[in-house]
Amino acid sequence: MGLFSKLKAVLTKTRDGVGKKLNEIFAKDKLGEDFYDQLEDLLISSDVSVKTTMEIVDEIRETAIKEKCKDKDYVVELLKSELYDTINYADALEVKSPAVIMVVGVNGVGKTTTIGKLANKFVKEGKSVTIAAADTFRAAASDQLSVWAERAKVRIIKHSEGADASAVVFDAIESAKARNTDVLIIDTAGRLHVKTNLMEELKKMDRVVKREYPNANYYKLIALDATTGQNAYNQVEVFNQAVGIDGIILTKLDGTAKGGFIISLSYELEVPVVYVGTGEKIDDIEDFDANEFIEAMF
Amino acid sequence: MALFSGLSDKLNHIFSKLTKHGKLTELEIKTAMREVRIALLEADVNISVVKEFVAKVSERAVGQEILKSLSPTQQVIKIVNEELIALMGSTNSKLTFTNPPTVIMMAGLQGAGKTTLVGKLGLMLKKQGRKPLLVACDVYRPAAINQLKVVGEKAGCTVFEKGQGNPVKIAKEGVAYAKSYGFDTVIIDTAGRLQIDEQLMQELEDIKAEVNPAEILLVVDSMTGQVAVEVANTFNKRLEVTGLVLTKLDGDTRGGATLSMKAVTGKPIKFCSVGEKLGDLEPFYPDRMANRILGMGDVLSLIEKAQEAVTEEQAKKMEKKFRENSFTLDDYLTQFETMNKMGGIKDVLAMLPGMGGKFKIREEDIDEKQMLRTKAIIQSMTMYERENPSVINSSRKNRIAKGSGTTIQEVNRLLKQFEQTKQMMKQMKNNRMFRF
Ligand SMILES: Nc1nc2c(ncn2[C@@H]2O[C@H](COP(=O)(O)OP(=O)(O)OP(=O)(O)O)[C@@H](O)[C@H]2O)c(=O)[nH]1
Ligand SMILES: [Mg+2]
Repeated sequence: MGLFSKLKAVLTKTRDGVGKKLNEIFAKDKLGEDFYDQLEDLLISSDVSVKTTMEIVDEIRETAIKEKCKDKDYVVELLKSELYDTINYADALEVKSPAVIMVVGVNGVGKTTTIGKLANKFVKEGKSVTIAAADTFRAAASDQLSVWAERAKVRIIKHSEGADASAVVFDAIESAKARNTDVLIIDTAGRLHVKTNLMEELKKMDRVVKREYPNANYYKLIALDATTGQNAYNQVEVFNQAVGIDGIILTKLDGTAKGGFIISLSYELEVPVVYVGTGEKIDDIEDFDANEFIEAMF
Repeated sequence: MALFSGLSDKLNHIFSKLTKHGKLTELEIKTAMREVRIALLEADVNISVVKEFVAKVSERAVGQEILKSLSPTQQVIKIVNEELIALMGSTNSKLTFTNPPTVIMMAGLQGAGKTTLVGKLGLMLKKQGRKPLLVACDVYRPAAINQLKVVGEKAGCTVFEKGQGNPVKIAKEGVAYAKSYGFDTVIIDTAGRLQIDEQLMQELEDIKAEVNPAEILLVVDSMTGQVAVEVANTFNKRLEVTGLVLTKLDGDTRGGATLSMKAVTGKPIKFCSVGEKLGDLEPFYPDRMANRILGMGDVLSLIEKAQEAVTEEQAKKMEKKFRENSFTLDDYLTQFETMNKMGGIKDVLAMLPGMGGKFKIREEDIDEKQMLRTKAIIQSMTMYERENPSVINSSRKNRIAKGSGTTIQEVNRLLKQFEQTKQMMKQMKNNRMFRF
């Protein structure tokens, strides 16, 4: 896509024009060093990595210089358009039955809550859903998931605390196959990606799914907390190496954090964001909208 | 893998053109500070905190005499490190206890690790001979109360809960219960909440007003990014927290949020949570955190030690030898002695990130008894032999082995090690972190 058509695409998508922060930037300077510095600061404040920030802003600046451009509005739209292209490379996730969705991630990012929301969403779409409580480690994890199963009115397969997580996965698959369940969602224990033994446990669960349910459409999603900083990159990288990640669920976007690490991630890894979490209620889940995401940063 | 990753490499590069001693120029400082800024931002320190910090460090660095025992890189890192420690450090990291019952209240965002921390604190206080009561005021998250009950049981602490009632009322009743039943400490678990959630922030203020806690601990995930400043600031403004607790430090986050939060609240960091087991709770060490933020391993303690152990003259002489590649067995001996002064070669090697792996240091190489034998071998050589190891033929080896009470094999091994060390020195020569 050429620059102008890129720009046009973004301009037509822009809903509420230029945000407050940018108005402040405009008020302060003319197009110059400071202007670009402030664009950089804006991205860094949203947790875009320094490296990515500098690369993107340098590129925008070069384009502006080449085009002898003096219009800040134009440069900002150029930047948005560049950001948009960076993250908008995948279509919305289409969950085809029979499906297995395994949700992974570090501790406390919102896996279990998201699973409750997803179960509800699929039920509303007319699908039959079963959830598997394969977090057998954290205290009361399966109780928590049971509450969500009740709320979404779906079946739950669980064992007692301390049981083998892979055994839960195995049983859940048997059950899902027997009942022709459309979507089986597996909740896993939160684990820091640096813990090799826990990552091995995850790989084992992954092998069980592949072996026991080879004809299922298998999606592995990682939940990332929008309040996270640069560590998000390591999380995706290591989980991706371990089991292969198909998509990201970006949670807690109802807070003030922007989740800008998604942009740096998309620069280097091909793992698209598929869903976003926007609250603690059962309906607080949406498909990822790249344009909305970018607009929220400005 | 580079010997030293991150900031020190970059600084080395900047300073590589600076050969003569003198003052650090403003331009050099400016370039160096650019790298410091990037390093801190990469570690998730908030951008406004970084700006202030860098301004402070440059002020200190400009016009400083370059110490002869330190390279400019070492010197800049030293200043950065000292400022980091000064900013994060605090003597007041102990919990405050009042007339019983002492009330400790948790606050923080969702998923920060509050409930687990309540269990950990309970266990810790119990071990200290106190009798804690855990109070379940997270009435929102499904099964949060059950989670606390399980955690409490593991810690051997009583849990007070009233189901999904009103958290302010539950907190109040919990404290009354503690009074009646002789619990000297009350730890209140609260639901995670966004700092912009007006209703829930008000709830925390109400709990505070009702139970008058001695400690209000803001629990924060150490992986938090730029938003840490805003979160800490809001919680602190509304509750006047008494301390910060960092969680999930067993991961690989650089943990810059620590600096951000400390800078905006001025509140001490009271504990670090470093694992999922109930015993995984540690005090906060500002120096370790500074190293972590800078991504430096323990290079900094090495700098300190080198400073103490090496005189400026020695450092100069040794550097010249490296440069001219005229490093002899005699120097090898001196170097061993220096290492000994620095706390033994084992310590020194352990402090170098990537060293162990790169040079395949075997247990026997770092045996300190072995080192004494090495010393004996070298001392049994003539000066000529020490300067020209290539002349050491088998009859000379025989003599040296006898003189030092060792074997020919040992002499051979030493000569081989010396060659390897020389190779290693060649590589280090390009790295100004080393000057001894
Ligand atoms: N504000 C907000 N809170 C959320 C969101 N998603 C989850 N949470 C909250 O975050 C906290 C942790 O969520 P969980 O679903 O238990 O997270 P988890 O990843 O399953 O946690 P572990 O299993 O303990 O690793 C809970 O208090 C949730 O209510 C979201 O999109 N927005
Ligand atoms: Mg969970």
